[in-house]
Amino acid sequence: MANKISLNLISGRTIQQGVCIESGKEKPSYRTACGIIEMDPSDLRKMGAWKNTNVKVTSEFGSVIVKAVETTQGPHPGVGFIPMGPWANSVISPNTYSTGMPTFKGVPVTVEVAINEPILLGIELVQKQCGVKVG
Amino acid sequence: MTKTMTDVVCPFCGTLCDDLEVSLSDDGKQILEVYNACVIGTEKFLHSQAKDRVTRPRMRQEDGSWKEVSYDEAVEYTAKILANAKKPLMYGWSSTNCEAQSVGHEIAEMCGACVDNTAAVCHGTTLIAVQDIGIPSCTLGEIKNRADRIIFWGCNPAHAHPRHMSRYSIYPRGFFTGKGHKSRKIVVVDPRVTDTASLADIHLQVEQGRDYELLNALRVALNNEWLPDVVAGIPQEKIREVAEVCKSGRFGIIFFGMGVTQSLSKNHNIDEAIALTKHLNEFTKFSIMPMRGHYNVTGSGEVLAWQFGFPYSVDLSRGFARYNPGDTSTIDLLLRGEVDAMLTIASDPGAHFPISAVKQIAKIPSVAIDPHLTPTTGVSKLHVPVAFVGVEVGGNAYRMDNVPIDTRKVVDPPAGMLTDEEFLTKVRDRVKQLKGVK
Ligand code: SF4
Repeated sequence: MANKISLNLISGRTIQQGVCIESGKEKPSYRTACGIIEMDPSDLRKMGAWKNTNVKVTSEFGSVIVKAVETTQGPHPGVGFIPMGPWANSVISPNTYSTGMPTFKGVPVTVEVAINEPILLGIELVQKQCGVKVG
Repeated sequence: MTKTMTDVVCPFCGTLCDDLEVSLSDDGKQILEVYNACVIGTEKFLHSQAKDRVTRPRMRQEDGSWKEVSYDEAVEYTAKILANAKKPLMYGWSSTNCEAQSVGHEIAEMCGACVDNTAAVCHGTTLIAVQDIGIPSCTLGEIKNRADRIIFWGCNPAHAHPRHMSRYSIYPRGFFTGKGHKSRKIVVVDPRVTDTASLADIHLQVEQGRDYELLNALRVALNNEWLPDVVAGIPQEKIREVAEVCKSGRFGIIFFGMGVTQSLSKNHNIDEAIALTKHLNEFTKFSIMPMRGHYNVTGSGEVLAWQFGFPYSVDLSRGFARYNPGDTSTIDLLLRGEVDAMLTIASDPGAHFPISAVKQIAKIPSVAIDPHLTPTTGVSKLHVPVAFVGVEVGGNAYRMDNVPIDTRKVVDPPAGMLTDEEFLTKVRDRVKQLKGVK
């Protein structure tokens, strides 16, 4: 049975993210590198999903569809990791608490299976949320 | 015969590797291979040669399509939106050279703009902490030659600064560290078992967001005072062990990253990390250094500081420089809807800002100066492609330890393309006319 689970979300760099921002953010490879959430295998089991399933990540600040993958830098049960980029930034906390710095790490989110929802390309995801008309 | 260019500087991350070799085609126009760089650096050089690169400015039309415009038209639009705005924002600067930054600041001064760099979403909180309590730091060369205790706190150089460990911090054999890796003890503090943590002698898997408590507990352990059984998920015996490892070294260094600057306690985490460093100096020699991300974010801070007195989030809208993070910082300015024109250069806020801030950029007149297509160019009204600094034009950059290094030009940009500095110089001259400045 698929369940909605709660995680503590952090974002950050990965080497694939670094390569893909240089090779072209308009390309599908950027989505493959950053349109993911790295999860602990125990959390994937709790959610009742196989790895590489599309999921919806929701926080108080928004929601985004990404692919749930099994973490290679774990175990980290209870912690979800989305590489820095527009997918992570659709849900992280913009609150700066007067420091100028948004809260990119430590955002409570829920994650649920969204098998039929598409994962958008990076530029497309931002344009759509900003309501930019694309010709 | 192919030519090889040596001592090329990599314009990607704050490690600013200066030992790259690039082989070029006979006519010197094509980059064939890049040696010594990590995969990211290699990709940067090779992708700059992509055939589908945009080489002329483009203006977004009513129907959402792009129309190619000349650089002169792009200069005119940029100069006008900045000169006419009440509170323009000029953001980015971290992937360009100091020469371009300096020209940009002249424009900012004439237009009463807010100027900010990517420290806003990176090490801005570090800069606040440094102003609070100072920073005992050193150069990467000193670390290579002397450091035998290396702490990576909330940073993951295996992914973000791939050659940092082999050039400076874990593996190199230095003057007093002749046994390389064996001369050093490595401690990693991170809530995940990162690829850097897997190289460590000790990994403290801190509970996410509780770094302040752990830093503080280490200071208590240095004084051999009472600790609870577990702090931030780490048993007190482990904390005491790390305190002993630090004390017993001859020269230690704390490298820290986004794990502490971006989590909830922000600048207070860094305050405490610097206080720990100071405390450790009662027992041995210790230093601390932020792992700066973009290759010249440090340079942007330097140029802003020597021109206006502050390293980021500078507001010139009242005719003199003000600095007050939370008020004059980019994210806050955007979220409050105070900005009425935006110039982005050498960075990608569209990808790296919270989406609520990006929505504001999409609402106002905007120009994005960037060799790549990015989410920022995707929401801006004008996209100005430029030459790649460090590949197609040289110029000065500052490494993460504040050491300035001149980057090198390797190949020519595609015919007719301007550099950041050339484009900004044209904008500056036009703004001068518009503002009637002699
Ligand atoms: S470590 Fe950084 S500066 Fe060095 S080659 Fe890799 S990306 Fe370039």
